[in-house]
Amino acid sequence: MLAYLIRRLFAAAVMLVVVVLAVFCIFFVVPKWAGVDIATSFVGKQADPAAVQAVREKLGLDDPIYSQVWEFFKGIFAGRTYAAGGDVTHCAAPCFGYSFRSEQAVWPVLTDRFPVTLQLALGAAVLWLVFGVAAGVLSALKRGSLWDRSAMVVALAGVSLPIYFTGLLSLAIFVYGLKWFNGEYVPIDESFTGWLGGMILPWVTLAFLYAAMYARITRATMLEVLGEDYIRTARAKGLREQVVIRKHAMRSTMTPILTMLGMDLGALIGGAVLTETTFSLPGLGQKVLDAIKNQDLPFILGVTLITSLAVLIANLVVDVLYAVIDPRVRLA
Amino acid sequence: MTEVSKSGAVVGEPTVTSSAPTAFLEVRDLKVHFPTDDGLVKSVDGLSFQLEKGKTLGIVGESGSGKSVTSLGIMGLHTAGQYGKRKARISGEIWLNGTELLSADPDEVRRLRGREMAMIFQDPLSALHPYYTIGQQIIEAYRIHHDVDKKTARRRAIEMLDRVGIPQPDKRVDNYPHEFSGGMRQRAMIAMALVNNPELLIADEPTTALDVTVQAQILDLIRDLQKEFGSAVIIITHDLGVVAELADDLLVMYAGRCVERGPAEKVFYEPRHPYTWGLLGSMPRLDREQQERLVPVKGSPPSLINVPSGCAFNPRCPYADLPKDNVTRTVRPELTEVDSKHWAACHLTKEQRERIWTEEIAPRL
Repeated sequence: MLAYLIRRLFAAAVMLVVVVLAVFCIFFVVPKWAGVDIATSFVGKQADPAAVQAVREKLGLDDPIYSQVWEFFKGIFAGRTYAAGGDVTHCAAPCFGYSFRSEQAVWPVLTDRFPVTLQLALGAAVLWLVFGVAAGVLSALKRGSLWDRSAMVVALAGVSLPIYFTGLLSLAIFVYGLKWFNGEYVPIDESFTGWLGGMILPWVTLAFLYAAMYARITRATMLEVLGEDYIRTARAKGLREQVVIRKHAMRSTMTPILTMLGMDLGALIGGAVLTETTFSLPGLGQKVLDAIKNQDLPFILGVTLITSLAVLIANLVVDVLYAVIDPRVRLA
Repeated sequence: MTEVSKSGAVVGEPTVTSSAPTAFLEVRDLKVHFPTDDGLVKSVDGLSFQLEKGKTLGIVGESGSGKSVTSLGIMGLHTAGQYGKRKARISGEIWLNGTELLSADPDEVRRLRGREMAMIFQDPLSALHPYYTIGQQIIEAYRIHHDVDKKTARRRAIEMLDRVGIPQPDKRVDNYPHEFSGGMRQRAMIAMALVNNPELLIADEPTTALDVTVQAQILDLIRDLQKEFGSAVIIITHDLGVVAELADDLLVMYAGRCVERGPAEKVFYEPRHPYTWGLLGSMPRLDREQQERLVPVKGSPPSLINVPSGCAFNPRCPYADLPKDNVTRTVRPELTEVDSKHWAACHLTKEQRERIWTEEIAPRL
């Protein structure tokens, strides 16, 4: 088990370096090949050539690629110094550079916004896991019943309705109509109840979409597992049906659900843009949308890196859990 | 316990009343029917037999003849897992050690399951839970019926693994099923089934999924353990060779009914039903020098929804036209005693059967 863990951690670290290299290539090397000048976009379209040259020197854009990669890595782990003539700026580690538009340092913005996205994703995941899996199991055990049919109709609705529909609907009802929540994001250290009130609608809306998918998958998997020979063996031992379901069937049902969870959590951290926009949450998704619109490369770079890291961690956790559940995975 | 008398339909033994039987296991007029969209599937349709402790009954038949459903019915598992489906219907009587199981409280039957009656299955890889160690699964089976701590149960599991011939049982007990070979898995399965000293062991095709070299070992193991524990054993198989040596009695099933049964040597060496002849003729034999081609039973097993009228075997029977008045296609033959304790359900007369066996079938085998 420990060897498996070490192997997975090592693989994750290698993946991260590969991601950094890939991101670097995409955002620094490709524009060069495409003839787009990063320095010009940093300064602005009608910039004076001397200023552009100053920026180019400052960012080290004329340096060979390997030294740029080195500086970039060094910036993340040890900080870097931008120097052009007498203009010296030191950027402490972890340094992801400065916005091309606002000249804001990227890293503080990331640390400011990432927790919001993470809260959104994790909170919603807890909700959809609990309700989706429970609904799926009940549906499987009561297949063909009124409960099963209505749950699956609701699930179909959940899968089909886009976030901006259910989100706006819930805003209209609970924020503007019933005035249960004030519909604003409040940091948790300011007011816990305020935070909860602000997060609950985004959580429920997002969880509705995913719970629907998870319920359907859980139902199908559970029905398949209940037909397995080892379930019959468990019954033949004289186990109570309840224990057969809980101990023998549930464990097998969890494996495909965990696999999905890893991918969904990763994707969500990188792209809960719709939910964040609908509910005006100051998360990464909104920021990266702005950054793309403004061609603000350092921000795109920073967001990509941090979300890749999150995806890797989410998948690592899921893989470890997977190995805990299924002993056959430990050998692989 | 039911006191309702089942009139007429009881096949075979002259016990028609519902009094508690003397045999250890007695099945009377067992019917298991599954309602489906296409109609009622009569998987088992009026089966009766008796089995004493320390004896082995072999139930033989093709796929779909109702062998496995019979065993699941005895275990009370015929409806298990039919979530949201139309439930199987079961009728008749199953007496185990003086208790009638079909009318008993399901929870009482559950408590008997695993303790008084245990089952081993065809494919030990799929029948063992892939996520739990062999030890965990045996310990669980033991602790359902014995109020002991995990340590005691673990010792018991190791003892059982040792008994079924698993080397280094104290180490292998912590292995997962995928770390065992096929034969070892079936041994572990047997250890799990026998951990509570059940008085009835049902082995459903216990060697079908195993290598030929391992099959004999597993059969020997079952025989040895039966001697040691003195339990009653039902071996279900499509392979007459498997049960020929092991079984005391044989029961040949066709389309959910018994077509022939009796002491194993009688059914094997003097069979009196054309279907049994067919099974014997289609079985490869290594103990004969010169052999003609194997003769398969023509056709395929009948639909269990529209079972042929008269004798269910008549469309495939080469001798269906011998009895007069088309009786094979209109009247269902009842089991009749052809010899002491040897029963067959066939319209052929005693003379016809003996002539066909000695002149046509026996020389070919």
